[in-house]
Amino acid sequence: MNNIGIITGREYFTRVKKKSFILMTLLTPLLITTFYGVIIWVSIGQSRTLENQNIVVVDRSGIFSENLKAPESIIFILQESYSTDQLIASDSVNAIVSVSQDYTVDQSLQLKYESMSSLSVSNSSRIEQAFRDVVRDKKLNTLGIAQEAIDSLQTNIVLSQFKVKEDGSTKSSNIGVNTGLGMALAFMIYFFIFLYGVQVMKGVIEEKTNRIVELIVSTVKPFQLMMGKVLGIALVGLTQLTIWIVLTGILMGVVGVIVGLNMGDMKELQNVSNNPGLANVDMNQLQFVSDFLALPLAKIFGVFLFFFMGGYLFYGALFAAIGSAVDSETDTQQFMLPITMPLVFSIAVSFSIVIGDPNGTLATWMSIIPLTSPVTMMVRLPFGPPDWQIYLSMAVMLLSIFGVIAIAGKIYRTGILMYGKKVSYKELARWLFYKN
Amino acid sequence: MSIIQIKEVSKFYANHTALDKVSFDVPKGCIFGLLGPNGAGKTSLIRIINQITAPDEGQILFNGKPLNKEHIKRIGYLPEERGLYKKMTVYDQLIYFARLRGMDASAAKNTINEWLEKFEATTWKKKKIEELSKGMQQKIQFIVTVMHSPDFIILDEPFTGFDPKNTQLIKDEIENLRNQGASIMLSTHRMENVEAICDNVVLLNKASLVAQGTVMDVRNSLKDNTYSITYKGNVDVSSFSGITIKENVQKDGNTTLLFTYNDKPDIQLFSDPMIQISEYREVIPSMQEVFLTLTDSSQ
Repeated sequence: MNNIGIITGREYFTRVKKKSFILMTLLTPLLITTFYGVIIWVSIGQSRTLENQNIVVVDRSGIFSENLKAPESIIFILQESYSTDQLIASDSVNAIVSVSQDYTVDQSLQLKYESMSSLSVSNSSRIEQAFRDVVRDKKLNTLGIAQEAIDSLQTNIVLSQFKVKEDGSTKSSNIGVNTGLGMALAFMIYFFIFLYGVQVMKGVIEEKTNRIVELIVSTVKPFQLMMGKVLGIALVGLTQLTIWIVLTGILMGVVGVIVGLNMGDMKELQNVSNNPGLANVDMNQLQFVSDFLALPLAKIFGVFLFFFMGGYLFYGALFAAIGSAVDSETDTQQFMLPITMPLVFSIAVSFSIVIGDPNGTLATWMSIIPLTSPVTMMVRLPFGPPDWQIYLSMAVMLLSIFGVIAIAGKIYRTGILMYGKKVSYKELARWLFYKN
Repeated sequence: MSIIQIKEVSKFYANHTALDKVSFDVPKGCIFGLLGPNGAGKTSLIRIINQITAPDEGQILFNGKPLNKEHIKRIGYLPEERGLYKKMTVYDQLIYFARLRGMDASAAKNTINEWLEKFEATTWKKKKIEELSKGMQQKIQFIVTVMHSPDFIILDEPFTGFDPKNTQLIKDEIENLRNQGASIMLSTHRMENVEAICDNVVLLNKASLVAQGTVMDVRNSLKDNTYSITYKGNVDVSSFSGITIKENVQKDGNTTLLFTYNDKPDIQLFSDPMIQISEYREVIPSMQEVFLTLTDSSQ
């Protein structure tokens, strides 16, 4: 047992002292925060610097003149005529939209947009919508429907979702929040298993090709060497995760303070302009945060930690077994496939089918089978799967870890001392039954 | 008293027998040569003594007791295929292996420093293994083998990669260790080294023991009544009736005869006053010859 500790220590300290580890551990939260900050900054900056577009409308058909309503951030200026030379000369006019003289509401509408800058997608659809509304209203008017009736057809829809529990209590449930959180957690586990599983494999291959193994296994049992390596690298991962969470938390907090101040400014702006659109966005953000906080976060984090470690141990032992069976990294391909397949499968299916139906049969089974459960359970977790399924999944995972480690240990024990031999699956199976 | 007793040890692999009922004793306080061609079963035997693998049949005694996990700390092993962590510093590496062998930190520190001084290697402490020359790496590997003061040391080809000066250094260290009471099992293909430093040897061929004893015993066992005489002078040796001449070499006015006596050895045959004898000796096969004869696959 003591030997496992010594080996774990070596694996841990040689890795966390590496420059690449320190760099990646410190840079990732910085990158995440920067990314997050830039998105917020850009979106705030955009809405702030958003200037109204002055668009001259030359309506030769006379259909739109009176009824055209300027959408958000666009000001329509009606003119009898306006030449492109005038547009070039003008500082205030951004574009000309013209309608041909022979247009009637029965035809499809050809709008001509002339500008010195290109049209943004949002403005394009706003302009189209404004013209479409006029045509629609005209058509409805000819059918004898009053303008008030037409206006009353405009409806804002907000879908509020509530999850009903068995004890009859209800809780609001936000698909967006659930999906986002589930996918983020699942992806972290997926990423961690791959990143650190491959490190285990590389470490084993290094020891084998450098022939350190022969020296070490004359002192410790192969099983101790394997476990020391797997556990040491697990600690490296936990260290990285912890630093990521803490650092990202701090940095996000800092960004939050800066952005929060700006949001205060924004609110004043909004009060002045009394822009209902932006206020709506703010409401949505508040809803988002409160829905996130309403989730059982402690439970989710606990289950996440379990599968974070469990998934890694399960796959890490398999990666160790592969490393022991080959002579060099280039030989790993044939054995990697059966390991990477279920992982890639679990992330692909979880992000599509499971997200769509988080409590369906496929989702349930995938979150119990240990090959896919670490990823799938994370995707399901924010949607609140039944507790018994979580416990069953954890129990299955725990048992499987012991099973896989026992199998991997047997392959490892034989494999690490076997050189210059192309190993087949049949051969691997035979190793399981070797005595020392 | 023996440090290691091998009793009827056999090891079978899927397609071949690596060891077939091998038995011998390694006496305490000697340098013991484990010889044999590639594939004779030396590495299998070494792995069994190191408890990396277990014998399929037979038993090994360490200090008279069946070999067990506790004995591992009393054994030092220098594998033929050397290996250290390339990215680790010399000092960290030595400390790591010392701890794996159960040494406590302060004892390990002292021993490591002593050995580094002995090998004039104190300035390498903070260097990574990959920055060292091959010979330097070999020295570190040797320190890893002996730093926990084992009672029994297995050295598999310890001289490869060393220049003549360092080879002598390692030879001296091996003899030092023996003189301090350690028993050393030396596996090598360099027979001149065997003659120079081994007290006892065993020779394995095709999974079985073909010779064992002191170096002289083994060499004597193959002598075939051949003698060599070197003399100056002119005499018709073919007239001597008591000997059969195998070889007659003339060089720098000297004649060297290789011959066998037909009857009992009788130096009187050469009492001719015309002959000035400068050397007369019985020819004893070298370890090289013993090795080649006993492992000749055509036999």
